[in-house]
Amino acid sequence: MEKRSVDSRVRGVSTGTTILAATFDGGVVIGSDSRASIGGEYVSSKTINKVVQVHDQIFCCMAGSLADAQAVTKAAKFHLSFHSVQMETPPLVIAAASVLQELCYNNKEELQAGFITAGWDRKKGPQVYVVPLGGMLVGQPVTIGGSGSTYIYGYVDAKYKPNMSREECLQFATNALALAMGRDNVSGGVAHLVVITETGVEHVVVPGNKLPKFHNE
Amino acid sequence: MLQETGTEWLSQEVKTGTTIIAVEFDGGVVLGSDSRVSAGASVVNRVMNKLSPLHDKIYCALSGSAADAQTIAEVVHYQLDVHSIEIDEDPQVRSAATLVRNISYKYKEELSAHLIVAGWDRRDGGQVFATLSGLLTRQPFAVGGSGSSHVYGFVDAEFRGGMSKEECQQFVVNTLSLAINRDGSSGGVAYIVSIDEHGTEEKVVLGNDLPTFFDQ
Repeated sequence: MEKRSVDSRVRGVSTGTTILAATFDGGVVIGSDSRASIGGEYVSSKTINKVVQVHDQIFCCMAGSLADAQAVTKAAKFHLSFHSVQMETPPLVIAAASVLQELCYNNKEELQAGFITAGWDRKKGPQVYVVPLGGMLVGQPVTIGGSGSTYIYGYVDAKYKPNMSREECLQFATNALALAMGRDNVSGGVAHLVVITETGVEHVVVPGNKLPKFHNE
Repeated sequence: MLQETGTEWLSQEVKTGTTIIAVEFDGGVVLGSDSRVSAGASVVNRVMNKLSPLHDKIYCALSGSAADAQTIAEVVHYQLDVHSIEIDEDPQVRSAATLVRNISYKYKEELSAHLIVAGWDRRDGGQVFATLSGLLTRQPFAVGGSGSSHVYGFVDAEFRGGMSKEECQQFVVNTLSLAINRDGSSGGVAYIVSIDEHGTEEKVVLGNDLPTFFDQ
């Protein structure tokens, strides 16, 4: 079985992208940009939503090959809804992440997709898990992914504080996405953000012209 | 890794995979760099000073291939010496940057080094020039090296015009610390050079004195 080439000339649509998720005091924020491109030369969609709802209070962000990511999230959604019917209770966030992990690990040769899972459950409250390309699973307070994430590691390390307020965390996530979109040519468009707390889910969309501007813009 | 004999590093090119930064303030510049030199997976020098003087008040920061970068710096140091004798005064920062750019551009296929040139002169005060791939552009600040990609977001967000010398030094130290934490090819200590009308000051910030962040 031939491993598909990882370079940007791979055929097909890829979500060269920026995705992130961060926990705050009482919830999580998960967000992404909205650009889908082919080989870094053509923007095939300016407004794609990479934040996918896999259950009532659990969302996923996808990175990598768009086709692979969509197929995996579809399968994960099915597995999770079946699981929650069997257990007669909403699934745990880690269950959602584990479903993605199993799919990514068992099909690691064919797939080229990574995920960030974030949500709220009654057992552990707000959580963020990351499942990168090979199928590892690790929980972190904040995590970033996608091609645009390389540019904001320094910003996230410096600016993230555990137990921020909801507004601080939302501002932090918006800033981080704006900075990454400003430097990565395959990330852009609008910022999609979802805030998940015990009480529910709120979508925030920040159009390109309303994103924060920095000194060089 | 089971077959590694431990001598691959002898045949791999020595690179200053690195983080370098230069920032202009009103009255001078601050330059900063890490101190790691790697050959493949080995660190061959953990205390190299990548801030190289081109003249009394003009320094350059080295990144890329260690040999290429050092050679360019030495050649330009010599050319600037001759030039400053010819004009009978201290050279301009732009002149130093132009000399570096001329070499980088002419030999761009053979060389693989990026030098950031920064300094102070009487005509234009503190200036920072980037010379990547043979271009020449003056910027309020410049970052370079393998570690720089991780801190673009941070410097874009945190840089403000009109900072004082101490604020610039803190900004440089914070940026280097963040990059060292994320880039495997950057590490060691932080070298800081501050240049203004009164003189040049060199400082070293040891690894355990670097700022730490929420996950450390």
